Amino acid sequence: MSQKKLAIIATKGTLDWAYPPYILASTAAALDYSVNVFFTFYGLQLIRKDLSALKVSPLGNPGMPMKMPFGPKWFRDITWDVPNIIQANIPGYESFATAMMKKTIANNGVETVENMRMLCQEAEVKFIGCQMTVELFGFSHDDFIDGVEYAGAAKFFEFAGESDICLYI
Amino acid sequence: MNFDKELDARGLNCPLPILRSKKSLGELTTGQVLKVVATDPGAIKDFEAFAKQTGNELLSSAQAGGEFTFFIKKK
Repeated sequence: MSQKKLAIIATKGTLDWAYPPYILASTAAALDYSVNVFFTFYGLQLIRKDLSALKVSPLGNPGMPMKMPFGPKWFRDITWDVPNIIQANIPGYESFATAMMKKTIANNGVETVENMRMLCQEAEVKFIGCQMTVELFGFSHDDFIDGVEYAGAAKFFEFAGESDICLYI
Repeated sequence: MNFDKELDARGLNCPLPILRSKKSLGELTTGQVLKVVATDPGAIKDFEAFAKQTGNELLSSAQAGGEFTFFIKKK
C-alpha cells in the first residue's frame, strides 16, 4: 500500500482556527500519511515564531459558547450572551476572550498551538509558506519558524494534485 | 495481559493520546505490546481507527470507571 497524502491550505490566523490544521496534520502523520500544509494569507500567523498575535474574537461569532473556565460548576455552566454592540465597545474584550479561551484549552487537556505545531514538525509534516502573501503583508522569513519552505500556488498543486485528501481551512 | 510499555494518557484530549501512542509504539519492536490508559471518551473509536489504518493490532479495548485501557501490538 503506497503512502496516503493529505494536503491542507491554512488560511485563518486566529487562536481557534489555528487548531484544525495542526490537529489534522499531526493526526494524519500519526496514521502514516505524508502531509503538506500550505500557509497563506492570515494563515501565515500560524507559522510565526511569536504566536501572541493569535486571538479569538467572539464578535460576530454566534456559534461560540461564552463560558467561564473557573469558579464553581454553577458559575462555569452559565452562558454569557453578550450582545455584539457591547462586545465591540468594551476595550480589551478580545484579549479577555482570548485569555479565557487559553484557560479553557488548558483545563481540557488540549495542547497549546505552539506544541501542536512542534508535534507536526517532529512528525515531518511539511510546512510551505506562501511567498506572495509573505511579501503582501510585509513579513520577512525571519518572522517565521525554521523548517518552512517558501513557494507559490504551483508548488502546492505539485503535492495536492496527487493527494488523497485536500482541505481548505 | 502482558505488555512491554505503558502510556498514561489520562487527562489528555484529542489528538494527544493518538500522537503519544504513535511515538511510544516507535520505541517498541515488532510484536511488543503497548498499554494505553486514557480518559478521552473519543478514544475508543479513535484507537479502533488508528489500529485499522496503521496495521498495529488492537488486542483489547476496555472501559472501567471513566478510564479506557487499550493494548496495542506493534506491527
